[in-house]
Amino acid sequence: MKTTVKILKKPITSTFIAILFGFLVAAVVLVFAGYNPWESFGALFRGIFAKPKYISNVIIKATPIILTGLSVAFAFKTGLFNIGAEGQYIAGTIAAVCVGVKFDFAPVIQIPLVVLSGVLAGAVFGGIIGCLKARFGIHEVITSIMLNWIGLYLSNFIVNTAVYHQPNSTSSFAVNESSFTMLLPNWKTSKAGMAALKPHQWLYEMMLKTDVNFGILVAVIMALVIWVLLYRSTKGYELRAVGFNRDAAEFAGINVGRNITQAMLIAGALAGLAGALAITGTSPHKISQMAAFENNGFNGLSVALIAGSSPVGCIFAGLLFGGLLYGGQSVQQDVGAPTEIINIMIGTIVFFVALTKIVPSLADRLEKRGAHRVK
Amino acid sequence: MLSKILLLLGITLMYSTPLVFGALGGVISERSGVVNIGIEGMMTVGAFTAAAVSYFTGSPWLGLLAAGAAGGLISLLHAVASVTFKADQTISGIAINLIGPGLALFFCRLMFDDATMTLPAKTLPKLFGESGFADSPLKNLNVDVTVVLALAVSAVMWFFLYRTKWGLHVRSVGEHPAAADTLGIHVSRVRYLCVFVSGVLAGFGGASMTLAIISQFTPTAISGQGFIALAAVIFGKWTPFGAYGACLLFGFAQALTIVLGGGDFAVPSQILAMLPYILTIVVLILFVGRSVAPKADGEPYEKGVR
Repeated sequence: MKTTVKILKKPITSTFIAILFGFLVAAVVLVFAGYNPWESFGALFRGIFAKPKYISNVIIKATPIILTGLSVAFAFKTGLFNIGAEGQYIAGTIAAVCVGVKFDFAPVIQIPLVVLSGVLAGAVFGGIIGCLKARFGIHEVITSIMLNWIGLYLSNFIVNTAVYHQPNSTSSFAVNESSFTMLLPNWKTSKAGMAALKPHQWLYEMMLKTDVNFGILVAVIMALVIWVLLYRSTKGYELRAVGFNRDAAEFAGINVGRNITQAMLIAGALAGLAGALAITGTSPHKISQMAAFENNGFNGLSVALIAGSSPVGCIFAGLLFGGLLYGGQSVQQDVGAPTEIINIMIGTIVFFVALTKIVPSLADRLEKRGAHRVK
Repeated sequence: MLSKILLLLGITLMYSTPLVFGALGGVISERSGVVNIGIEGMMTVGAFTAAAVSYFTGSPWLGLLAAGAAGGLISLLHAVASVTFKADQTISGIAINLIGPGLALFFCRLMFDDATMTLPAKTLPKLFGESGFADSPLKNLNVDVTVVLALAVSAVMWFFLYRTKWGLHVRSVGEHPAAADTLGIHVSRVRYLCVFVSGVLAGFGGASMTLAIISQFTPTAISGQGFIALAAVIFGKWTPFGAYGACLLFGFAQALTIVLGGGDFAVPSQILAMLPYILTIVVLILFVGRSVAPKADGEPYEKGVR
């Protein structure tokens, strides 16, 4: 009894229950639509794990949403709802492309330059939101939504300017090769590289057939940095105090306005980093004309929620999300069921994340009843 | 000149209508104390249902009703989570935003031969149709019936919220549920109803996109409208006419981009397209400022907790 209660109280249990329900509901919808759920889920898992190439692609897909997830989670912890990660991500891609196309230094300078420009652009987008909230009290949700669209059209504008537009296409030029952050891009296609990789079938497939890049390392490091910042630093204490109770924080002498601005700056920087890394790390290394959002920021919302706003949890939630998104394509290819089943599944998981928040309190009640019975 | 102004007015009304329905949905739900981020998802479901039903039955009115029903149905998910289970309303709303479009596209693929858009459906009638007003400048004010409906619904909602007993109940539940409970108001029931109505209205909003403006459902039919409606709720300070005005401003900015984009100005279209969003922020800074939500907005109500 005691152990059941203990397990039920762990946040991770709620998350697993939510994921289970996600699969359950998806199965029901699939049956309803006349597909075999076993086959569909089989296709999903094969699409994630069957080949080293797939695993690699899942990680690549997960990298930006881990970072936008971190951005949203960080803002949540400071009491802000960063629905603007999408726009900040786009800002990051725009800046990275502008700098990466214009300049062509040695990679040692070029890569940090391109990535930092993306970070900076994201920070500016986030900072505007925070600043307007701190100074004028304008709700961050409105400014976020508006800046998302401004980002989208700004990106389309840049794509179509004479300087960046690649003729006869709907996209910009690709950034210079010196800004690429793939793992040994030149070596792996060279003769020596091929020869070295050939005996290791696994590595060979993983390295050569995908854009393996350093992004995931950066994402993991950033998750740890954010964790340390939030839970092991004075600044983090201030930020969380503002998030927990704004009035109490003010009373304790914390400058609430400044903390809101700083929090959004950091959140924006993280989403901008996601955008910049996507440009430097994966082909086609450029931005294209967009008709609608690509959801790298909005998916971050779901990732942050599934992770319960835990920075380290974002890594796993992001991987889960990347897996579902990437593996989901196989469901359509192999079974013929619409890929949108994955969105329904993810939505259900998020829905039950909201519901299963009550599991710990239920466990409490269970515990009390248990104690009562012992008496 | 007159015809150009009427054209501007016509487009303004056209673009603001789906937003008005969505925003009114947000107002009623948040007034009862339930944050509704899921308007976007509910609108998408409504947009698809409207187009599909209108296509298969040939009756756009039936499509409109079905869209309301579908929006209401999916909003019940949100109600169950946020009222019965006292779950985090933001999270549940985001879930609706994932489930709604997921369901819409899933069924769209099933019903329309694996395509992500429906075939063109029969649309709702227009006022000042071309036939009777071909020569008058009024034909530029060729508005859809949904435009009038939207205005009517805002007026009704205003009357309901501020001039009726039930409206007072709704507002008291949103401001101070414990006090409302003491007076014998059934807090959960009021919230359930308000969330349901918000879903129905959001469904209408989606329908007024696919049954009046674009005549078919596409994956980008709603993309972002629900979020803009959400912004209009806050912008309009949680009042029906405030939200209506915010939507009008938004529609106007969008109409302006279309009328100005006619080639008279040397501004790139993408920069013009940013105008509505920049304008909104500027107006907020200059005129609106701090917005105060209903006091109990977003807070689950627990009986007995003060």
